[in-house]
Amino acid sequence: MKNNRRTFIKLAGIAAAGLAVAPKALASSGGHSPVKANPKGLHATQWAMVIDTTKLHTEEEIAKLAEACHAIHNVPKIEGHKEVKWLWSDTYAHTFPEQENPHLAEEVHHRDFPLLCNHCENPPCVRVCPTKATYKRPDGIVAMDYHRCIGCRYCMAGCPYGSRSFNWGEPRKNLDLSKLNPEFPTRMRGVVEKCNFCVERLAVGKMPACVEASEGAMVFGDLNDPDSEVRQVLREKFTIRRKPTAGTEPCVYYVI
Amino acid sequence: MLELALKGSKRYYGWIAFLLVLIGIGSLAYVNQLMVGLETTGMNRDVSWGFYISQFTYLVGLAASGVMIVLPNYFHSYKTNKHMVIFGEFMAIAACIMCMLFIAVDVGQPTRMLNVMLHPTPNSILFWDMTVLVGYLSLNLLVGWTCLQADRANLPHPKWLKPFIYVSIIWAFSIHTVTAFLYQGLPGRHYWLTAILAARFLASAFCSGPAILLLVMMVTEKFTTFKMAKNALSTLVKIIAYAMCINMFFFALEIFTAFYSNMPGHMHPITFLFAHADPTLVTLMWTFLACAAISIILLVTPKFRNNLKLLPYTLIILVVATWLDKGLGLVIGGFTPNPFHAITPYWPTGKELLVSMMVYAIGALIVTVLFKIATSVKEEMGHSQGLPCGCSTEDTCECAPEEVEEAPAEA
Ligand code: SF4
Ligand code: SF4
Ligand code: SF4
Repeated sequence: MKNNRRTFIKLAGIAAAGLAVAPKALASSGGHSPVKANPKGLHATQWAMVIDTTKLHTEEEIAKLAEACHAIHNVPKIEGHKEVKWLWSDTYAHTFPEQENPHLAEEVHHRDFPLLCNHCENPPCVRVCPTKATYKRPDGIVAMDYHRCIGCRYCMAGCPYGSRSFNWGEPRKNLDLSKLNPEFPTRMRGVVEKCNFCVERLAVGKMPACVEASEGAMVFGDLNDPDSEVRQVLREKFTIRRKPTAGTEPCVYYVI
Repeated sequence: MLELALKGSKRYYGWIAFLLVLIGIGSLAYVNQLMVGLETTGMNRDVSWGFYISQFTYLVGLAASGVMIVLPNYFHSYKTNKHMVIFGEFMAIAACIMCMLFIAVDVGQPTRMLNVMLHPTPNSILFWDMTVLVGYLSLNLLVGWTCLQADRANLPHPKWLKPFIYVSIIWAFSIHTVTAFLYQGLPGRHYWLTAILAARFLASAFCSGPAILLLVMMVTEKFTTFKMAKNALSTLVKIIAYAMCINMFFFALEIFTAFYSNMPGHMHPITFLFAHADPTLVTLMWTFLACAAISIILLVTPKFRNNLKLLPYTLIILVVATWLDKGLGLVIGGFTPNPFHAITPYWPTGKELLVSMMVYAIGALIVTVLFKIATSVKEEMGHSQGLPCGCSTEDTCECAPEEVEEAPAEA
């Protein structure tokens, strides 16, 4: 009896000690996480984009960028109001509804403006999402987990910029399956999607596809780094953002 | 007690069979939606919530309104309502279930619905909405069922139940407030972005909910021996009258704020709904105003309000008005014009309506079964039974002594 109890106490003591040491031992075994960060990846604390609309403002030019984006991200082509789009174009009045002015320079009135998710610093889409399927990464990108999303579309009601699309039907039905980009997943129906600032390209050291295709009309970089190209342009040129009154702090800036 | 739902007349079974047929037809449409996705609905990139969510919003009001019967009974010891309380609670149960079903049919990935509970996200109002709805449903099930069981056993309602009842009364306000917050906290949706939205929701719930309940009770009276007490009825009608007046007053406040301030964002949804939408929607929105005006006139004039023949029509007009406002205009007005100040029309498709019919039929089935149980228990106990003169046994009936007087005269 007595003996038994002594052994038990001993064993318990060893076990407790083991428990106390184990996590440290595991931790000190040296960050062997199975995934290694790509050393060539690009990093920032808040990614941002400046679009020079004096250089890029025709529907055709923007359509080309949209095509590049939609091709690498397997975005389905759907006609009508149930469409899915990550990058598209619209008029000044629709892009900056609160900053319209009837006597605006004719030329600006005739421009088209590229639209995409603004990766807001204070994103309402993240605030309202009930499953954390939409979340903000430490680098400021508002990303989505398509496998977590329940398709409640609350984020679409929350986004004041109409930046989100919902897969009302089966997206693969509207994709050219022979031209799929095998490196990016297609989506299932019933989930929301949007521009992801090309996180998958940043991770391997590439610039976003639309920036690359824009031939210098778009600049991408870290908003919090005073020496970044983005900050340089913001210092030199007058820029505006969409719907400043919504308080979301959009990270896409437009040079008018 | 559930066995009481199984004993019924042919008519009762016929009605249940009819509801089951409706549910069957509706579920075919729902299976179709499951197979091909929400593309069978009329919703789109700009109007991303439609008929389902607006029905959900309307029914949360019905669920919350049960409190208008429970509250006077428990907070003011207004005992005339006593025998109606159970119906308010049972109605709330059916409404809560319908609300949940409307959310379930609206999401794109229903199999992942539990993610809301598995990954609780306190910053999302939808999480809180789920929580309060589930809570309110459980409270009403617990309170309703326990009280009815105690009644049937001729026992006083257990003491331990009291705290639950008080909590449920406060909870009722919370469910509709939280539902309003669902809309109210969104930037860029000016029709919803108003501090008074929660108050508007409650006012509209407290007129439309009791009105629907009264209509259902009138039908119940037709088919059972149950009879509402006259005082309880007139109290409820007065509550409806006040709530409707407040509801329309709040609506007027919105109109004033939007148009006197002359803020384009605030005026656009209203001018859209009442002038620029397609003619059907514009007509419906004006019908809302007309019905609201008529119902208020009928409710505030004592002569019309106390006319029991007219009352059902008054209530129907009021329900139509509140439904057009909250069950149709609210969601469409919030999404149109869209963030680009462009207009994308929305209209529910036939399949969307069939799925909604399924949910409503399920709700009707639950109401039927629960009300059947409740009326059977009341009949067993002799509570609130109809007298030959048309009064309820709960009334201080003045017709009865006359009969007694008449009897000797005949002899
Ligand atoms: S633009 Fe819309 S979707 Fe993109 S981060 Fe901002 S709120 Fe979210
Ligand atoms: S649709 Fe998906 S991403 Fe959007 S709020 Fe719902 S769960 Fe979140
Ligand atoms: S940043 Fe990438 S995902 Fe976003 S629009 Fe440009 S190419 Fe598309």
